[in-house]
Amino acid sequence: MNITDREHLRALFTKPTNYINTNRGDAYYRELYKKMERRLAELRAQKPVREAEMKFEEYLKVWELTRRDFLKWVSATTAMLMLPPQFEPLVAQAAEVMNRIPIIWINIQDCAGNTEALLRSYSPTVDELILEYLSVEYHEVIMAAAGDQAEQNLEKAVKDFDGKYLLFVEGSIPVGMPEAFTIGRHPKTGVEHVKHLAEHAAAVIAVGSCAAFGGVPAAHPNPTGAVGVMDVVKGKPIINIPACPANPANITGVVIHYILTGEIPELDSLLRPKFAFGYRIHDNCERRAHFDAGEFVEEWGDFGAKNNFCLYKMGCKGPFTFNNCSIVRYNEGTNWPIGVGRGCIGCSEPNFWDVYATERPIADSPIQPPAGRGVESTVDQFGLGVLTATAVGIGIHAVASALAGKKDKEENKEEV
Amino acid sequence: MGKHLVVDPITRIEGHLRIEAILDENNVIVDAYSSSTMWRGIEIIMKGRDPRDVPLLAMRICGVCTGTHYYTSTQTVEHALGVVPPKNARLVRNLIQGSLYIHDHTVHFYHLHALDWVDVVSALKADPKKAAVEAKKWANMLTDPITGETIQPWNAGEGAYRAVQERLKKFVKAGRLGPFANAYWGNKSYKLTPEQNLVAVSHYLDALDMQREMAKLMAIFGGKNPHPQSLVVGGVTCVQDIKNPARLGQFGDILRKSREFIYRAYLPDLLMAGAVYADEALKGIGRGLGNYMAYGDFRMDDNPWYKGKTLFPQGVVLNMDLSTVYDVDQSKITEDVTHSWYEYDVNQPLHPFEGQTKPKYTGFKEDGTLNTKGKYSWIKSPIYDDHRVEVGPLARMIVGYARGDERIKHYVDWLLKSGNLPVKVLFSTVGRTAGRAIETALMVDVMQEWLTELSKNVSAGDLSTWTEYDFDRLTKGKELKGYGLTEAPRGALGHWIRIKDGKVENYQAVVPSTWNGAPRDYKNRMGAYEASLIGTPMSNPDQPLEILRTIHSFDPCIACAVHVIDAKGKELGVYKVEPIGGFCNV
Repeated sequence: MNITDREHLRALFTKPTNYINTNRGDAYYRELYKKMERRLAELRAQKPVREAEMKFEEYLKVWELTRRDFLKWVSATTAMLMLPPQFEPLVAQAAEVMNRIPIIWINIQDCAGNTEALLRSYSPTVDELILEYLSVEYHEVIMAAAGDQAEQNLEKAVKDFDGKYLLFVEGSIPVGMPEAFTIGRHPKTGVEHVKHLAEHAAAVIAVGSCAAFGGVPAAHPNPTGAVGVMDVVKGKPIINIPACPANPANITGVVIHYILTGEIPELDSLLRPKFAFGYRIHDNCERRAHFDAGEFVEEWGDFGAKNNFCLYKMGCKGPFTFNNCSIVRYNEGTNWPIGVGRGCIGCSEPNFWDVYATERPIADSPIQPPAGRGVESTVDQFGLGVLTATAVGIGIHAVASALAGKKDKEENKEEV
Repeated sequence: MGKHLVVDPITRIEGHLRIEAILDENNVIVDAYSSSTMWRGIEIIMKGRDPRDVPLLAMRICGVCTGTHYYTSTQTVEHALGVVPPKNARLVRNLIQGSLYIHDHTVHFYHLHALDWVDVVSALKADPKKAAVEAKKWANMLTDPITGETIQPWNAGEGAYRAVQERLKKFVKAGRLGPFANAYWGNKSYKLTPEQNLVAVSHYLDALDMQREMAKLMAIFGGKNPHPQSLVVGGVTCVQDIKNPARLGQFGDILRKSREFIYRAYLPDLLMAGAVYADEALKGIGRGLGNYMAYGDFRMDDNPWYKGKTLFPQGVVLNMDLSTVYDVDQSKITEDVTHSWYEYDVNQPLHPFEGQTKPKYTGFKEDGTLNTKGKYSWIKSPIYDDHRVEVGPLARMIVGYARGDERIKHYVDWLLKSGNLPVKVLFSTVGRTAGRAIETALMVDVMQEWLTELSKNVSAGDLSTWTEYDFDRLTKGKELKGYGLTEAPRGALGHWIRIKDGKVENYQAVVPSTWNGAPRDYKNRMGAYEASLIGTPMSNPDQPLEILRTIHSFDPCIACAVHVIDAKGKELGVYKVEPIGGFCNV
């Protein structure tokens, strides 16, 4: 597979927006706190989307959740959004006014993996409650109605909540072959469907790598001309929550953030929220020490594999991939791909099926590992290293990285 | 002239499905068409890739039966290369795939299918004290197939049922039935008593929590769920997890909890529903094709591919005749595109090795309905030895039973005898649901055996998880063929690969929902869904519960709303069909 987008990679790795500032100082947070309080007061003054709603407290009781369960979820979510702990009461209030925000979720060229992930999510019971409490006006996978009734629900929601709803899109959109997706009694194509719904939305959230960047259907040779939402929708705020599937914690995080601020979160150059995609997998990897020590798994099941060595040589793309899997993990923290010794396949990055999802390091490709500098350098230094270094074997690099680690320490300002 | 049903979108499914059906004047279904309206071209995307990278991509065919395509694709490449993974890898794969089975079947029974049998609102009228007695009655009809002890109910006390009833009242009071927002409450074809309904509803709620635990089983050795990541061509990568006693212990704990739930809630409920609805089953409602096929799966020894014993035997049973089982010969599988939006270079069904994926979309008729005389679906029509066949848990149980497989016979006879039901009851909608439950019980027990085997093998010092092979030597300048024949939770799954000079030359997948959800073939014979609906009488055409039960019994991930429209297009009503399992679009 040819890698044709070196320019894109250069832009990605050197873009200043990829840095994340976790401490912005008291003045900033005081101002933010006031802003969020105002926003929540406005929402509280609004009516819930649907009448005859139960109060949030009632919901907790019906679902047999204690206040304590809920507060645990609140602290986890606050931390994930990279807000200081004093914001916890606001996050709790945000959950309580969630039923003021209408949501429409549509599926195009998808496998329902993102929806499934949401249904088995972290802090599952609370998230399930949230799903029930949120005003999801339309979601093909979980809704009761179907056929004409579903279409009517959709049109009614668009009309009633014009300019107010959040549109979630799962799956890519076949622009090259529109007939590869149709929906409705009078069949509409995916492009028409998405454009129409986006036009009336407050913001569009692309969930999973297919909706964000085209994902599976867009893999070479992209038979249906599939693209992500940002290639179809113009003139609306778009948030990408890539990964295959997207981590449900990040989906909830985006919604909470929107409720708190009325704005989309701070995004990187690929429109991903920085609270989740601000770090590389590599930055917080539990096997990082082995990378720095030059200890690698050389083949599946070898001595290194039995001792949790670094998976870089077996194709792990953690150093190239921005996501928070190494912190949040999956299924209530049960495990994650690097935990089971497979390595990262770069599933939150564009074109990962053609560029990253292999059992070999990128050393096999025109991109080479850096020479003489550790990958523990800052993101942009590393990115440039990747792009400019000549063909040097990973073995040499491993030795070099152990040395470079010390030398680079002072420059290493972004280190976590 | 009867009524013409059009349903699009069918919601609560993985994939995109449209159904059209025709009723006669007596409200009996006389014709049905199933159409898939989404295509991604994954088989084309596979071409030219390194075969070792293909399994992860193949997994993305479906996010619901997640992991199944990964497992099958890995096996396909291994078969082509002649690589057999070591014992630990076989056991880990069985455990990952087994986790999917028990998770998927439990969710199907309670959250996707139960509401076709159980009237939630009726449970409000139940006497909690009597419900506790009822629960005990059905549980006590069963004895543990391993220990022989009498099974005790999952929720034994009156208090538990009273609490569930209180919760239910709150949902109803709030005007939000939440997960129970269904529309047929009070329909007279609901036959359970209020107490029986309350018992089932209490298990429905408990199963919500249980299924999350079951999903963790896959994540322990797979890394995550959905879309695990620990399988590689030649073995598995999770050596660190299998040598960690805490991991094995965690797996064992969740497995024990799952077994408790399956034996004390799921099976008694199945027995209860089976007994109440036995008359319909004995009439053969929802029987469909009557031809059953299983490829066989879950390797029980370390012999080379397709030469060892499998937990589920392979075979084909035709026309419900249990006296003869034909061996599956994969060379007799073909796919036809007469009614599918594809074209072939030749005018005949093709074997997957020669399979082609060339889209030829012809659209809908001018009035917006399916052109059922021509092409009308993105699914191809698979044919086995010129027979249309049904696949799934029932097919696995029937083939195993007909083969006289000791373990399968033991579990099938055990459940049927406990409910005092004849084998014939299996050839029906109820039978499809019972087959799945029997399989879940069998699976959770055999998983315990695999876990013990794995733990013994590891403590004996075998930490091997990968079989070494020289990819370049095996593939350079060569053309290789391989196939992966497995059993997904929803039925027989096959992948076929041709590798040329180390790259994928051709890749074809024939998935369970291709067999079951396919359109008509070149002889105009129906697919399994289509056939199973034919002849189903609807006692109340405004609430087509009977259709929902039959469609859901296949577990195709669909909750379809069926719109009944008269011949002039006047809508008579809108109905929901609850989720049915994975409807995979390739």
